[in-house]
Amino acid sequence: MSTLTVPERAGDAGPARPGTGRAGPGLPRPTRKALPYLILLPALLAELAIHIVPMAVGVGMSLLRLNQFTLRNWTRAPFVGLDNFAVAADPYSPVGAGLLRSLGITVAFSVLVVACSWVLGLSAAVALQHRFRGRGVLRTLFLVPFALPVFTSVITWSFMLQRDTGLVNAVLTGLGLVHSRPFWLVGTNSFASMVVVSVWRMWPFAFLTLTAGLQSIPGELYEAAAVDGAGPSRRLRDITLPMLRPVNAVLLLVLFLWTFNDFNVPYILFGQSAPAEADVLSLHIYQSSFVTWNFGLGSAMSVLMLLFLLGLTAIYLWLTNRRRRDV
Amino acid sequence: MRSRRITALLAGTLIAVGVTGCGGSGRADNSQPNTLTYWASNQGPTLDADRSVLLPELQKFSDRTGIKVNFEVIPWSDLQNRILAATSSGQGPDVVNIGNTWSASLQATGAFLPFDDRALQAVGGRDRFLASSMTATGAPGQPPAAVPLYGLAYGLFYNKKRFAEAGIGSPPRTWAELLDDARKLTDPARGQWGLAIEGAQYTENAHFAFVFGRQHGAALFDGGDPRFDSPQMVAAVRQYVDLVSQQKVVNPGNAEYAHDTQLYGDFAAGRAAMLMIQSNAAAGLKSDGMSEQDYGIAPIPLPDPLPAGGKPVNSHVAGINLGVFANTKNHDGALRLVEFLTSPDEQKILNAAFGSLPVTPQAYDDQRFHTRNIQTFRSVLANTSESLPMIPQEAQFETLVGTAVKDLLADAASGKPVDDAAIQAKLAAANQQMKSSG
Repeated sequence: MSTLTVPERAGDAGPARPGTGRAGPGLPRPTRKALPYLILLPALLAELAIHIVPMAVGVGMSLLRLNQFTLRNWTRAPFVGLDNFAVAADPYSPVGAGLLRSLGITVAFSVLVVACSWVLGLSAAVALQHRFRGRGVLRTLFLVPFALPVFTSVITWSFMLQRDTGLVNAVLTGLGLVHSRPFWLVGTNSFASMVVVSVWRMWPFAFLTLTAGLQSIPGELYEAAAVDGAGPSRRLRDITLPMLRPVNAVLLLVLFLWTFNDFNVPYILFGQSAPAEADVLSLHIYQSSFVTWNFGLGSAMSVLMLLFLLGLTAIYLWLTNRRRRDV
Repeated sequence: MRSRRITALLAGTLIAVGVTGCGGSGRADNSQPNTLTYWASNQGPTLDADRSVLLPELQKFSDRTGIKVNFEVIPWSDLQNRILAATSSGQGPDVVNIGNTWSASLQATGAFLPFDDRALQAVGGRDRFLASSMTATGAPGQPPAAVPLYGLAYGLFYNKKRFAEAGIGSPPRTWAELLDDARKLTDPARGQWGLAIEGAQYTENAHFAFVFGRQHGAALFDGGDPRFDSPQMVAAVRQYVDLVSQQKVVNPGNAEYAHDTQLYGDFAAGRAAMLMIQSNAAAGLKSDGMSEQDYGIAPIPLPDPLPAGGKPVNSHVAGINLGVFANTKNHDGALRLVEFLTSPDEQKILNAAFGSLPVTPQAYDDQRFHTRNIQTFRSVLANTSESLPMIPQEAQFETLVGTAVKDLLADAASGKPVDDAAIQAKLAAANQQMKSSG
C-alpha cells in the first residue's frame, strides 16, 4: 500500500535527498525507482523474519505429524495434510469439542474485557477532559497498571486472590460480604478473576487513546453546544462520541485482538493447567502443544484461531469503513 | 500475542536446526572437550540453595578434569519446555536432569544418548545403580535413556507434637487408621487439618492417581491404549478427592496449592498434621525451621485388606535421572560428569544435602543415611514402589489425569458433590483426549 505513494514522494524530493546525497562517489547511485524499495528493504526483511516466516512455519507445522517421535528431526516429520485440522475442527471429537468450548470462553472473556475497559477508559478520559488541579497526578495514576511489568502485577493479583491468605477475601469477609471464603483461582470464579485482572491491565490503554482522541475535538463545539443549552449527557452523545468514532474503531479492534490473544494474564494466574472455566484459547493451545507434546495439532489450532481472527477483523473493518463512508 | 510468540520461538529453534544440520547421528563428537553445559533440576527449597550445593562439587570436577562446567538450575515449571526446545533445535546442554517419569517420553524423541553397554561401562556399569531406580530410566528392552541420580519416594510425614496432643501414639498403619487419625487431628475452627495436599499441582495429582490406582488394581495403559476411566481408576481418584469432600480432613484451600513450599509452611506451623510427600521435603522443612526431631516418617499406609487385584504400592519409583544430549560436542566429558555425579562419594554429599536417597548401594555405608527416616524411604523405594508406565505417552498421562483431578478437587473444595459419576466423566474425557490426540 505504501509503495504506491512513496515513489512519487521520492521523485518529488528534488535537491533535499539526504539518503542519496551521502552515497560516496564510488558507489553506484540507486535509480529513482529502486530507492524507495531499498529504503523499505530493512523493514520488509524484519517483517518477514518476525511475522511472516514464523506464521508460515506455523502453518507448515500444522500439516505435519509433529510430536515427541518426530520433534528432533522435524524436517522429516510425516506430512499428514489436513488431518490435524480434521481432529481440531470436528466438534464431535473430544479435542474439537474442547477447542470449541475454549473458543466460546475466549469470546465471552474478550467481549467483557473490551466492553469494561472501554467504558472505564471513556469515563476517565471524559472526567479528566477539562483542566483542574491534580489532573496530571490522576492521569499518571491511571496509567500505572499499563506501565507495570505484566508478570509482576499479575503475580501480585494472584497473591491477592488466594483463598486463605489473599487480600480480596480478607476484605470481603472483613466487610461481612461473604460468609465462607470463595475460591478465585480455581473453579467457577476463576473466569471472573481473569476478567477483572485483564480489565485492570487493559483499561489504561483505552483511557490513554481516548484522552488523545478527545484533544482533537475543538473546544468551540462544546462552547456552542453549551450556548444552545445542551447538558453533559447530550454533549457526550452528540459531540464526543461521534467525534471519537474513528478512534474507537481502531481502539476496540486493538483491545479485542490483544485480549483474545492474551497468554500472560491467564498463564500467570493459573499456571500450566487452567481451570476448565478459564480455559482460554491461548492456554488451551499451549496445553495442546507444549504440555502434551503434540505440536502439529497445536499449530492446527493456532491456524484456526488465526483464520477466525482474520475473518472477524475483516468483517469489522468492512462494517466500520462502510459506516464512515455513509457518514 | 503469546501464541504467535510460541510459534516464533519454535520457528526460531526449528530454523536453528536447519542451520546446525539435523546432526546427532554422528557418534562420539568430542570437538569441544574443555567445556560442558549442565542443566540441573531444582531439588532444594530454592534455586539458590541448589546452586550453593552444586557449585563446590562441580568445581571439584573441574579441578580434576580441567573441564569447565557451565551450570544452570532450572525450576520444574520450565524444565520440560527447555528440554523440548533443546530437542527441536539441537541447541541444548550436554548433561541434563530429568524427572525420571519422563524417561520413556524423552527417549522417544531420540534426543538423548542411549546408555548402551559401552556408555554404561563408562559411568561405572549397570551394577553401580540400585535395581529399583534403574526400572525408571526408559522403555523396557531398550538401552536406558538416562541413569539415576537422586532417588526419591513418597512417605507420610507426621508432626509428633500434634500427634501427642491428639493422643495418637504411633503413625497409622492402614488407610482407615490414617483417616481416623486425620479426623481426630482436624479442627477447622482452630485452623488445624489432618492432612495437606497440593491440589493444583497436576504432577502430584497424577502420582497419587497412579499409586492409589495400583492399590485398586488399575493399569493406566493396555499396551499403548489409555485406560484412565476404568472403575479401578475412578475408585483411586475418589480415594484422593474424598480427603477433601467426604472426609473433610484437608483444608479446602489446598485445592489451589501449587508449590511444595505451601505444604512445608502449613506442616511446620502445625496447620497440617500430616503430609504425603517425597523424601526431599526434609530439606524444605528444615528451611522452615523444623528439625528432624519434630516429625516422624512412615510409609503411606495401604488399605487393609487391599481391594481385589490391588498391589501393595505406596509410591512410584520417584527420582531424578541424568541424561546426556545426543548432540553433545563433548561426549566423553559428559559421560565423565555423569560418572562423577553418580560416584559413591558425590552421591553421599549431594543426597545428604538434598534430602534424597543415594542411587548407588555403596553410598549407604555413610552414617547420614542410617537414620530411621532414610531407612523408611529406602525400604519404600526398594519394596513397595512401582515405576510409572515407562511408555512414550507417560507425560500426557500426567498432564491430562493430573489436570482432571485438579478440577475435581476444586469442585470438592467449593462444596460441589463429587461422586463416582463425576469422576468417571472427567477421567473419560481425559481418556478420549489422550486417544484422539495421540
